[in-house]
Amino acid sequence: MRLVLRGITKRFGSMVANDSISLTVEPGEIHCLLGENGAGKSTLMNVLYGLYKADEGEIELDGKVQHFTGPGDAMAAGIGMVHQHFMLIPVFTVAENVMLGNETTGFAGSLDLDAASARVTEISERFGFHVNPDSLVEDLPVGVQQRVEIIKALSRDAELLVFDEPTAVLTPQETDELMDIMRQLKEAGKAIVFITHKLREVRAVADRITVIRLGKVVGEADPKASNAELASMMVGRPVELVVHKDPPTLGDAAFVVKDLRVVDAAGHVHVNGLSFTIRAGEVLAVAGVQGNGQTELTEAILGLQDDVTGSITLDGVELVGRSTRKILDAGVGFIPEDRQVDGLVPGFTIAENLMLNRSFKSPFVKNGSLRLGALREFAQKKLTEYDVRARDIDALATNLSGGNQQKVVVARELSRDLRLLVAAQPTRGVDVGSIEFIHKQIVATRDSGIPVLVVSTELDEVVALADRIMVLYRGQVVGIVPADTPRETLGLMMTGERPKDLKDVVA
Amino acid sequence: MSDTDKPKQDDAPVGAPVDVADDSTADTRADAGADAGADREARSRSMLREIASGDALSGVLAVFLAVFVGSVMIAATDDGVRETLSYITARPSDFFSALWDAISGAYSAMFRGAVYNNLVTDPAQQWRPLTETLKFAGPLILGGLGVGLAFRAAMFNIGGRGQMLLAGGAAAWIGFRFDLPMIIHLPLAVLVGMLFGALWGGIAGLLKARTGAHEVIVTIMLNYVGYYLVFWALTKEWLLATPGSVNPKSPPMKDSAILPKVLGDRFNLHFGFIIALVAVAVVWWLLNRSTLGYRIRAVGENPNAARASGINVGRTYTVVMMLGGALLGLAGVNQVLGTVTSGVSVDIDAGIGFDAITVALLGRSRPLGILAAGILFGAFKAGGFTMQASENISVDLVLVVQSLIVLFLAAPPLVRAIFRLPAQEAK
Repeated sequence: MRLVLRGITKRFGSMVANDSISLTVEPGEIHCLLGENGAGKSTLMNVLYGLYKADEGEIELDGKVQHFTGPGDAMAAGIGMVHQHFMLIPVFTVAENVMLGNETTGFAGSLDLDAASARVTEISERFGFHVNPDSLVEDLPVGVQQRVEIIKALSRDAELLVFDEPTAVLTPQETDELMDIMRQLKEAGKAIVFITHKLREVRAVADRITVIRLGKVVGEADPKASNAELASMMVGRPVELVVHKDPPTLGDAAFVVKDLRVVDAAGHVHVNGLSFTIRAGEVLAVAGVQGNGQTELTEAILGLQDDVTGSITLDGVELVGRSTRKILDAGVGFIPEDRQVDGLVPGFTIAENLMLNRSFKSPFVKNGSLRLGALREFAQKKLTEYDVRARDIDALATNLSGGNQQKVVVARELSRDLRLLVAAQPTRGVDVGSIEFIHKQIVATRDSGIPVLVVSTELDEVVALADRIMVLYRGQVVGIVPADTPRETLGLMMTGERPKDLKDVVA
Repeated sequence: MSDTDKPKQDDAPVGAPVDVADDSTADTRADAGADAGADREARSRSMLREIASGDALSGVLAVFLAVFVGSVMIAATDDGVRETLSYITARPSDFFSALWDAISGAYSAMFRGAVYNNLVTDPAQQWRPLTETLKFAGPLILGGLGVGLAFRAAMFNIGGRGQMLLAGGAAAWIGFRFDLPMIIHLPLAVLVGMLFGALWGGIAGLLKARTGAHEVIVTIMLNYVGYYLVFWALTKEWLLATPGSVNPKSPPMKDSAILPKVLGDRFNLHFGFIIALVAVAVVWWLLNRSTLGYRIRAVGENPNAARASGINVGRTYTVVMMLGGALLGLAGVNQVLGTVTSGVSVDIDAGIGFDAITVALLGRSRPLGILAAGILFGAFKAGGFTMQASENISVDLVLVVQSLIVLFLAAPPLVRAIFRLPAQEAK
């Protein structure tokens, strides 16, 4: 199926999310939409999928102009969407999920589950998906769940498949498998739109690349273009993709974790017997697929988990059992993995957010009242220093872009007298320009002789920042390896396998 | 287009109804890693926030709409209007003049009862209605502050009635039992009242902090507990009962415990209103200038971030409910030691505990907004009686108008649709 988008414009009030975007996707082609977060890629796809109505422009499928009023129309026309967040019901089986919304029924409305199962099996075999129609979705690994989404689209005879940031939740191996699946679908004549901001993936599978910046098409790129070329097209200026850092100047073993165990309220063990050391002036990066205990590890350090056993010491001082406030006061800086949830108060101004963890004592507090003058002066300074693009310090955090929000969090955490920095997913959902800046700040923190713990599910980030890499799997350490360990080895370790000849590097 | 012009790209799904369209444009919904449960919680929190702290314009429009609907009801129930309607085609002018008479008569009666009475000649008596309005406004403002403060921490304090009753009972006990010089007696009675209000509110806060019990359920139940506790106390002579009387009413307050009149004995306006004004200033300072208020707002806007920043969320809940209870306690004290000094009974709260919720909503949980809303509702109260007496329009109509205001406040998209205002855009 041939898709033509012609002059699609979508406005939200005064803001133009898509500015007359034109695009052609041929059958048997993988067409990459490359752009930063907020460039308007998802808006465009939501227009295509019938979730938004375009203000101007038209959608044409195989030469026929379409007028979608909802996703139902789009599906009927042969468009399938694989969402970033799976639209699956965890307690249903694969077959039940696939038939959902498209149920075939028998006598008195009884569900024809056998037909659905057969359909799943047929599609699964045709493309080598290895999915059992009777498994419960919640029991399946993330990569397989994603395949269920693909089967769901294919079972409705989709000829055009849209993948919206599909690799965010996958391991490197699963990502490779997904790439293979996309190639197979392409061979079968499907048209594929692949939305991403990851350059490596684009270059691996794309037949054509369209780069979108600030709601406009800035041009087509050659799949053989270098990373640097693609990145500068995406950002609109030359970007440094490599983090320059000198060899570390190591100090004492400042941060020591021993036999850490974290159990949640339901009794699940998330961190099981974790031990590691970070020396002053060193970055230890934690690699691993999301959900393998990273979140609980950082929360345990910050005193945000209730059931923690073992020991965490910073400069010889025990942190386990202390309140979050005392831990922060001990000099722990914390960039939480989700700034929307743990990092910022959306309805507060930038200035108010900058004092969030210093509401008890000076410099912004005197005798129980706020020192607004000192706060404003500080905020003004940080706004410039951290290049936060905002109207002024009274702009609400909720109105900032992701990168600027993150800069506010980073500015707040790095402005204190730190003894340890814990940075979880420091650049998630942040534009390339800001990533560069935040990485530089983290390296600068390390160079000032502070131990740094970086947690990231992006292997590129881990490799770029780490002096040593610790791989976590199901709450346990698979190994602690040097930063120059090959990606294949790291990918393997992320699945829980420990190479036989592997030697841990000790701090 | 600069970065700040973009919509809330990776905003968490805030879920305020008007923002839904913008939120789903977010390219990176992945960022909001919250699970469905937290999502739902955030949604209901932001819903409450939208209702409790929307813009001033929609408050004004809600009042306007409610008054308009009220006018329709006045007209519909007026005999003259109905009579002229039967021959409207023959003489439409009769109908319209009857319509005008009914509506203007009702609202001018309300104005005479609430602000300025032009039917009497004595200049002092002419302004007497305004002092009545302010007298009624005092406890409404105090109560509104108590509820509004809790709103700012994203808590719903429905326990105004119980907090007022407990505080009123305790203040009354001090007020009639002891013989003390006024300079000690009055402040003591006021403070003890506040203390009991704080205690009653604090229970709900503490239970939420320690066990996660929802404050709405706890405060509603504490209303019953408080009501029957005071009722029981009114049967015991060592507590509140009047010796030798079977009426569930306490003895009258001693003069030394009664809030003095502000404008002399010709007017009922007592110092309770001054206390309310002071409370407005104190709460304004607390919310906008103090660290405690900063933490209260942080907890209300995003408890997760507050917790991760070392703020003790549970303790903040407890403190907020204690402060809110103390303010509602002051409203109760205001009644017992100011407005109805003849003795405390179980209907001493006069519905203020619930009206306070409306006042807080209309005032958008801002101290100055609550001051304005409290005075408006005081005017409704004072004017409602005159309206009934002189125009024979039921005082219940005033309650209808009050309820409609809340209804329109709770449905901002409805008000926006009626006035064809643009939907709220991301800035």
